[in-house]
Amino acid sequence: MPDTFLFYVFSAVAVGASLLVIGQRNPMYSIMLLITSFGALSALYIQLDAPFVAMAQIIVYAGAIMVLFLFVVMLLNAPQEDAAQWDRTHPLRRPGMGRFGAMLAALLTVQLVWALLRVSDASAAVGARGDVAELTSVRSVGRVLFTDYVFAFEATSILILVAMVGAVVLAAREEKR
Amino acid sequence: MIPLGHYLVVSAILFAIGTAGVFLRRNLITILLSIEIMLNAVNLSFVAFGRSHGTVDGQIITFFVMTVAAAEAAVGLAIVIALFRHRESLNPDAFTLLKW
Amino acid sequence: MEQATLRFIIQLGIIGFTFFMLINASALLVLAERKIMGFMQQRYGPYLVGPHGVLQPLADILKLLFKEELRPKGADKWLFTLAPIISVTAAFAAFAAVPWGAETTFFGLLDTPVKLGVADVNVAVLVVFAITSMGVYGIVLAGWSSNSKYSLLGGLRSSAQMISYELAYATALASVIMLAGSLSLRSVVDAQAGYWFGFIPRWYLFLQPLGFIIYMIAGVAETNRAPFDFPEAEQELVAGYNTEYSSVRFALFPQAEYINMTTMSAVATDLYLGGWHGPLLERWGLGWVWFLIKVGIILFAYIWVRWTVPRYRYDQLMQFGWKWLFPAAVLNLIATAAFILYFNA
Repeated sequence: MPDTFLFYVFSAVAVGASLLVIGQRNPMYSIMLLITSFGALSALYIQLDAPFVAMAQIIVYAGAIMVLFLFVVMLLNAPQEDAAQWDRTHPLRRPGMGRFGAMLAALLTVQLVWALLRVSDASAAVGARGDVAELTSVRSVGRVLFTDYVFAFEATSILILVAMVGAVVLAAREEKR
Repeated sequence: MIPLGHYLVVSAILFAIGTAGVFLRRNLITILLSIEIMLNAVNLSFVAFGRSHGTVDGQIITFFVMTVAAAEAAVGLAIVIALFRHRESLNPDAFTLLKW
Repeated sequence: MEQATLRFIIQLGIIGFTFFMLINASALLVLAERKIMGFMQQRYGPYLVGPHGVLQPLADILKLLFKEELRPKGADKWLFTLAPIISVTAAFAAFAAVPWGAETTFFGLLDTPVKLGVADVNVAVLVVFAITSMGVYGIVLAGWSSNSKYSLLGGLRSSAQMISYELAYATALASVIMLAGSLSLRSVVDAQAGYWFGFIPRWYLFLQPLGFIIYMIAGVAETNRAPFDFPEAEQELVAGYNTEYSSVRFALFPQAEYINMTTMSAVATDLYLGGWHGPLLERWGLGWVWFLIKVGIILFAYIWVRWTVPRYRYDQLMQFGWKWLFPAAVLNLIATAAFILYFNA
């Protein structure tokens, strides 16, 4: 019972914070709300017996990627959406495109939910199969990562190197001649 | 015990929210944030499925998704910085002409 | 009273006790810093409030509470207040995963022993690392939301420094985890029980001397203490990200800094100095006294270094972190891995 209650609380926080993220004018607020959403998702991962992924989510997503976003927003002194070009209504409440888009998003939700709930064991309890002690241990994650998925692991390390070089080159100031 | 379907519904809702954000918002940073929401929704699906099968593979694929998300965020933000320096605007509608 | 409720009450009591001790630690550190600084500079330090200045932290806190709460007009309303809250919450929360004593039944009161520590997580090392890296947000948001150039520069520099030194910190942690074979801090401490040759304790300090030095340097940089406190240096940047804060919001920042120091020292004690294992006291269930003593020694070292060594300039600081400390940590990791392979193959 407390498990189910916590699941609903964390899901509500994750979904609510994400809704607010796309509804904010100021990108700084969006980033802070997204961090909240990530925290709630991390709690959901802990409920799914994946503590290592939960901590990696906080360290990598909330602690590194979001800091990168924050730095860029601060350094660019990013303006909020141009409210002068349109009238003063909130971006998501403008007539026409906004409402149509929101309706399409709701339609997408219905489609996805319908498709996903037709999965064969969608009504089976998560956590019925599998040995909890082995799933939560980092040792088993490491073992599978470095044997079955070692090629993908090495490839992602090269990917990060390429991304680093690319980011530095793209954001560098052009030399004044 | 929570059925698998519940986690999948949450994942679907988050994915749709992310998609709505990408299409409806006219600020490059918010668009990138919405992409991150979508990636997280997919992560949740992976971990839920992995747990319901009783294997660790769901968690491992999550690492790769996170890594790719980090790389993509870095390069995407570098592009945003370069674009902002050129046009002083973060509205994607300011970049509709192919002329630099 | 049945066992279940008794356990519940005792665990609540342990959590409350940990929180209480952390708050006391920050108050004591305020006093200790000024007294030790005074003695090193051949003067008495605070002397008037209470016997030999012992009640000085109380006076400091009362003064701060009675000041006027200012908020600059251009400051972002929500983020200006949120920043110190994030700092202090991250600082306290990180200590939740740190065990500070062995299991105890409280002299037979309980049937099964209860662990002394707020939570025993099997990825405790990662939890501490994750939550301390959330503390960066407090500083970045404080710098930005104050709408002042000193604050912004201080906040940016401080957070860039913290992120850079997290790499060396994590790599030093990884070496210890390899030796211990587990991410749980309690297992790491228990792997350090016992003695070699009967009198040298099996601390990882002796197996990882370079790792310990790297960890301590990275810890000092992570908590923005001297010699790495350029971002809040009084001489250069007024007070860095603290500039526009006053009264209670200001008080939370140094408190967060002291609690971070305490957490770093506690984790260093658990990882390198054998935690609560020590010669005599464990027999009577007083291992946590050894823990306190060791944490106290490391905190004294923190304060000692601050008032002895001049501070690094910001670019020197970043160069040191990236070009010297991180490669040293990686070399340490490789050497540890080779050592383990050679001796256990």
